[in-house]
Amino acid sequence: MSEGFAKKVANTQVWKSIFRHGPPDNARNRAAVVAGNVFLHLHPIKLKKSGVELGYTWCMGGLTFFIFLSLTVTGVLLMFYYRPTAEYAFTDIIGLREHVPLGIMRELHRWGAHLMVITVWIHMFRVFMTGSYKPPREFNWGVGVVLLILTMLLSFTGYLLPWDQLAIWAITVGSNMAKATPFAGNGGPGAMLAKIGDFVMVSDKNDVRFQLLGGRFVGEAALLRFYILHCVFIPLVVAVLIAVHFWRVRKDGGISAPL
Amino acid sequence: MIKEAINFLAAPVYSFSIFCGLFFLAMKRMDIVGTKKFGIGLLVFTLVTFAWMVADPIFFSIISLPDNIPIIILNALVIWSTWFALYKGHQNDLRIEAGESPLEGSPENREKVWAWPNLVYTELFAGIVCTVFLVVWAIFFKAPLEEPANPTWAPNPAKAPWYFLGLQEMLVYFDPWMAGVVLPGIIIVGLIAIPFIDVNPKGNGYFTFRERKFAISAFVFGWLALWVYLIQVGTFLRGPNWTFYGPFEVWDFHKVVAENNINLSEIVWIKFMNTSLPKNIFVREFFGVVAVFIYLFALVPLITKKWGKTYLEKMGAIRYYLMIFLVLSMMSLPIKMYLRWFFNLKYLVAMPEFELNL
Repeated sequence: MSEGFAKKVANTQVWKSIFRHGPPDNARNRAAVVAGNVFLHLHPIKLKKSGVELGYTWCMGGLTFFIFLSLTVTGVLLMFYYRPTAEYAFTDIIGLREHVPLGIMRELHRWGAHLMVITVWIHMFRVFMTGSYKPPREFNWGVGVVLLILTMLLSFTGYLLPWDQLAIWAITVGSNMAKATPFAGNGGPGAMLAKIGDFVMVSDKNDVRFQLLGGRFVGEAALLRFYILHCVFIPLVVAVLIAVHFWRVRKDGGISAPL
Repeated sequence: MIKEAINFLAAPVYSFSIFCGLFFLAMKRMDIVGTKKFGIGLLVFTLVTFAWMVADPIFFSIISLPDNIPIIILNALVIWSTWFALYKGHQNDLRIEAGESPLEGSPENREKVWAWPNLVYTELFAGIVCTVFLVVWAIFFKAPLEEPANPTWAPNPAKAPWYFLGLQEMLVYFDPWMAGVVLPGIIIVGLIAIPFIDVNPKGNGYFTFRERKFAISAFVFGWLALWVYLIQVGTFLRGPNWTFYGPFEVWDFHKVVAENNINLSEIVWIKFMNTSLPKNIFVREFFGVVAVFIYLFALVPLITKKWGKTYLEKMGAIRYYLMIFLVLSMMSLPIKMYLRWFFNLKYLVAMPEFELNL
């Protein structure tokens, strides 16, 4: 009965309007299902067997992308509950914990973020160990390195948002490094050379750390900056670069294999 | 007794040396490391050691912090992935030695398969496993939330997120402008430059060790010893005031460690020449500047003469000297670490007048 029902559904005008081909059990439809679907057409229609072997790919790049998507979903849900101001940020997190029964969105988001850093590292390790950065994939390796850095920056900017002691002091430690940037940071080598008479050109009111935090310490301006970097700016850049990364995987000959 | 020994040996000077020794042994004896038996032994050893360590209440109190759980996952994946990549590489090396193609290039693996269902189902399966894993993790471990932000009261130790703790640990040996800006910058540029430096056409698209010995040893050394290892030290072995504590040692706020670090200028002028430090900073730091200059420039022709001639011809000058610069930058960290441990050396070049300390 269920099979008959499934057939009936597959014959309705609604179903046919969504899926324009029959079930993928023959060559023609297997090609159509991948080529005709905007999400699946990231894949080639056919690929070398070594490229689908878990022992070769470890699936780490795919998982990184999957976790990025799930972080986008959980992140958007969290944004409904959260105001990035010194007054509300912490209490909104408390509210999320106290008033949402069985809520695990913040946990999914936090652990997912940690996991994404790990999977992207292991992905890079696998790509190195299989020599997959070698020609013709040199450029895509570079895109991957930038994506790896952006993943860590995404995680880092998100670390501040709960606005608890763990958050502001971790970000204080991290952003203090920017103060030491040669020539561009107030405490960095060479910065004191940039002087006109008594006027100090690189001070703690205009150096790179100030630009990053919007202030001389991790305060409300930093919270807003990190919120926008975390929720809008970096994800947009990452999304664009992921598109480039995937596109180039395909254009450079698919998943690497012996020449 | 054993725990005291481990506390003692966990000190960076010993644990780093032991780690490096084991690493070079492993690179020499791929015929042992690249076998299933070794992998199983490694698995059993790490599981038993981990179980035994977790049973200790002090170690458990550190490792069970919610934000430290990811490091356990990282360690499990790093140990497994390193061994597995070397194992696959060794198996391929044996195949190549016997005149066969690497496993990834076997006729069976060269066959084309349909993305649906072969690839799509694998991805679906991996996504489900990952989701289940995350949901279980999220149910059993609450996301941490400490007291509300208080800019006037700093916790001790104040630690960066775990993935930056390697950099924070580098602060022990380098000033922030090096550990936080210059070295990370070199790491990023160096990583992006790898495909353009490495002209070895072999090992493209399959696991191997023998065909890429230098590339793999250098990369895996940087990854394991200078990144993952330093994260472990920064997370598990650094307590209040960034003082070293063994894995089974209570974080006692009153532990005092004598820090008598001295600069190269003080060693040369005061200790060897028995005079006071010269007033002119360039005279004072002359020897340090010369040491850094020798390391970065004068050493290069010597290295080239001894090991590099064929590389220089194969790679061309730009690639070759860029590679030498990147390797020297990478090795500056362990060198600075040993200079600190053996000679209490703080800075080779100390020019606080320009905030330029090296």
